[in-house]
Amino acid sequence: MDVILFLLFAAIAVACGVNLVVQKHPIASALSLVGVMGSLAVLYLLLGAEFIAAAQVIVYAGAIMVLFLFVIMLLNAGGEPKTPGKSRMAGLLGIPLMAVLLGLLSYLVQRALPKPAGVTFGAFTGGKPYDVGKAIFTEYMLPFEITSVLILIAILGAIVLARKEID
Amino acid sequence: MQAIYQSPLFLPLVMTVVIIGVFPLLAGYIVLVERKVLADFQVRLGPMRVGPHGLLQPIADALKLLLKEDIIPTNADKFIFWMAPVISTFTALTAFAVLPFTEQLRVADVNVGLLVVSAMSSVGILGIILGGWASNSHYPLLGGLRSAAQLVSYEVALGLALVSGVMSAGTLSMVGIVKTQLARGVWGAFDNFGFMLVPFVIYIIAATAETNRAPFDLPEAESELVAGFHTEYSGFRWALYFLAEYANIFVVSSVAVTLFLGGWLRPFPSVKWLEIPLNYGVPVLLFAGSGVASFPLAKRLKSHIHRVGLIGMAMLLVLLGLLLLVPAVNAAVAGFFWFFVKVSSLVYLMIWFRGTFPRFRYDQLMNIGWKWLIPIGMGCILVNALLGLAGA
Amino acid sequence: MFANYLPTGAEYFRLLPEMILTAAGTLIMVLEPLTGYRRKRFLGHLALAGLLAALWAAVVAYSSPGPAFNRLIVVDGFATFFRVLVIVVGILTVLSCWDFLARHKAESGEFYSLILFSVVGQCVMVSANELITLFIGLEVSSIATYVLAGYLRDDKRANEAALKYFLLGSFATAFLLYGVAWIYGVTGTTNLVDIRQILESRDVIHPILAVSTAAALMFVGFAFKVSAAPFQIWAPDVYQGAPTPVAAFMSAGPKAAGFAILLRVYLTAFGPIDQSWVPFVWTCALATMVIGNFAALAQNNVKRLLAYSSIAHAGYIMVAVATGTAPGAAAAMFYLAAYAFMNVGAFVVVSHISGRGERKVNIDDLAGLSSRQPLTAALFSVFLLSLIGVPLTGGFFGKFYIFKAAIDSQLYWLTILGLLTSAVAAYYYLRLIVVMYMRPAVDGEEELPPLGGGLKTALWASALGTLALGIFPSAVLNFAGASGAMLVR
Repeated sequence: MDVILFLLFAAIAVACGVNLVVQKHPIASALSLVGVMGSLAVLYLLLGAEFIAAAQVIVYAGAIMVLFLFVIMLLNAGGEPKTPGKSRMAGLLGIPLMAVLLGLLSYLVQRALPKPAGVTFGAFTGGKPYDVGKAIFTEYMLPFEITSVLILIAILGAIVLARKEID
Repeated sequence: MQAIYQSPLFLPLVMTVVIIGVFPLLAGYIVLVERKVLADFQVRLGPMRVGPHGLLQPIADALKLLLKEDIIPTNADKFIFWMAPVISTFTALTAFAVLPFTEQLRVADVNVGLLVVSAMSSVGILGIILGGWASNSHYPLLGGLRSAAQLVSYEVALGLALVSGVMSAGTLSMVGIVKTQLARGVWGAFDNFGFMLVPFVIYIIAATAETNRAPFDLPEAESELVAGFHTEYSGFRWALYFLAEYANIFVVSSVAVTLFLGGWLRPFPSVKWLEIPLNYGVPVLLFAGSGVASFPLAKRLKSHIHRVGLIGMAMLLVLLGLLLLVPAVNAAVAGFFWFFVKVSSLVYLMIWFRGTFPRFRYDQLMNIGWKWLIPIGMGCILVNALLGLAGA
Repeated sequence: MFANYLPTGAEYFRLLPEMILTAAGTLIMVLEPLTGYRRKRFLGHLALAGLLAALWAAVVAYSSPGPAFNRLIVVDGFATFFRVLVIVVGILTVLSCWDFLARHKAESGEFYSLILFSVVGQCVMVSANELITLFIGLEVSSIATYVLAGYLRDDKRANEAALKYFLLGSFATAFLLYGVAWIYGVTGTTNLVDIRQILESRDVIHPILAVSTAAALMFVGFAFKVSAAPFQIWAPDVYQGAPTPVAAFMSAGPKAAGFAILLRVYLTAFGPIDQSWVPFVWTCALATMVIGNFAALAQNNVKRLLAYSSIAHAGYIMVAVATGTAPGAAAAMFYLAAYAFMNVGAFVVVSHISGRGERKVNIDDLAGLSSRQPLTAALFSVFLLSLIGVPLTGGFFGKFYIFKAAIDSQLYWLTILGLLTSAVAAYYYLRLIVVMYMRPAVDGEEELPPLGGGLKTALWASALGTLALGIFPSAVLNFAGASGAMLVR
């Protein structure tokens, strides 16, 4: 069951990822990105990282993608014009060649990595909010606190870049 | 046969089917209640034609919507136009999966339950803004943009209020939250020496905005934007948006009840001797009392069929009330009863808001969200932490 | 239960520079709306005070070296060296930006806050002992710099620079993060010392290809930050478009911090597998030197020229990294210190002569500078001679130690090509000096404003630093040698 779900959502994630690049219209690309984010959340869930999965949906699939769409709609960005002079040979040759390249790469990666016992779904139990919170506030407290400086910079940046004309 | 009942998936599956089957009907009747209540506020009658006192109005409306012509504007993005209401409805109904109606009566108890609800509400926004965009029309686009800005802003305040609630509960599991309230012997809203009422109020305000309800209904302000993001929708697709809106109202009310009002717990859960009067007295009085009160009303009715119908209903109510006196039945139903009473009160509150407050202007809306609710929500977290320390 | 995670006083002490800088930056943000329009300079003084306090703290923190915060950062000689370096660059930038900002009527607290926060990020980077902390420090430093590059909002080139830097920079850091994920997947840790131990231990079989992939992916991120080929494309456009003081800052501070983490990650964590990463560092060093120096020949814009020269210098430092030894690391550290002084100095001069709207940044605009402002011209010449690598300047000893380390590690080809490209570099630097001294000023040229106090201080400090490193290199070099040796222990 877990493996089937994994394969299903991994396939969806990859398909959405490809679609994201292929689509001409920004809204369609953004929606594909939602698909990628959603499938990733399911994959996290399968691996036992419940909190990360929920946070992924809230932050990425929800908040960030809404802002993406908001900006695209506000700018009223249309589809890209079709690039003329695209050779058909490129598609005919390129796609099989890319498949071969990716196949070779994945074969090499598989050869290179050690043979572990394999991922056991559900074996990991450190993904509850408690575990994540504990790691953040004990072991990784410093990076967590430095992240607040990062957010401060983001706010400052918004002020600097969005202010009215300098006079 | 035995095996099916005992399977851990049995109750969740049944609950899922029941929720999906029953909720549209329930939503229809919430609409009817809303129309009736608003009519009462405005000293008029509301729907009266279909069925006695308009009681069959929701069914007639549903039939009408199903049979209506499905119009798709020219140059609309068809696929997204089709998908948008589905996203809204899907996310709204998915959130039901983690609502605990009682300790047993639920689909799932996940340890990030509250986050699942937030996740679904944040993805649900996509349905609204995509619907607004895909219609390829000005009013819906403006409505969609407005709603995106509004929902993103108020989501922050909502989240901060939830954080305050979660801090005293110490868990994100919806069942766990209610159990903590049982253990602490007090509803969440009155915890921390009553301070939790502040985040509760913030939550109610932000939740009203999250569900696009008046006085925060700018995304569908009739007088400015015709009907906002769903102007171009008709028929069944429009019904889906409607269903999603009422499902969201139900969900935010349920979350408020779970987090702040003790979920399925009766009032004063820690006071032992109140169990009999509250768990038996209140529901029995409510059902049997309203049944008995109906008898004198029935005499005044002129139509014979109406009279028979009302008497039949009254007898049924009395019977239900009496049934609740059986301890086994009572134990099984009391939790559900309290949950439903609380949720209904909150839904009524939202209808009341709509009947009372004028709509905010856009800048007022943003001011309330960013300059009041969010700072106060942050302050609440701080004060809660300090009070929690003091309490511990 | 969590008491043993509470940081001790000594650990806070080791983080003191970062804390002082953050506090100063936040204080400036709070005071900004309370400060009158004409009194923004006060915030600049405040930033300067914060930086000086942090400089003191960085030096003092070295009195109790050691790891802190669960071994996420470590204060050792290496960290202290680079902390002092990036804070000094920050000081020079703040000193040199006053005239520029006043000229463009763009003085505001945000500029100083962003500089301070960027320095915080660099301090975290150079003292990070763990990849997550390192990454977050890098992001803090980079994002502040992206914003600074677009600080002059009405300038189209500044906007282009900021956007280009931001897009490419995010792309590069994504590679870095992907590399971190790989290394975590293989070794199960992000702590640099632990990674080294795992890679060293013979009983754990680590897949060399996977580790090399991680090293290569992380190299993409680092190479972008230090503008090494083939990831240098952004540098000329960004340096040209960004406000000149910011360009000075970018070419010294983040670059030094970038090399610091490159050295620390590659020598400490990936030290045991150097046979797999030295080849691509080698190639990168070669390409960077060649591209930087030859492209600089064709430039007419001084800012672009300095940008290409900064790419070329990254190439020399890459040679030091390619040695993979402690003397190499020490040479790189020395070079970065010398480079910071001479390059910031050169950019400060450019910012002085560029005029309002930064219109006068072509080589021809330098004509007659020796007669118009002899002092500026003289100091500029010092910086340029040091960039060439003339003896008695810091640049000379920097190059000398790097090529010495390279020869000791049998990197003969790199040494030969490095020397050849340095000879090419001499041409375009000398061209500037020739224009300054030999060509008469164009008539009707408006008078250059006199050097402001901050600008003067920054120029003299950079010149003194350049010369001091050229005349008394041993103190700095000994310190660098000792702390470089700690990396590969």
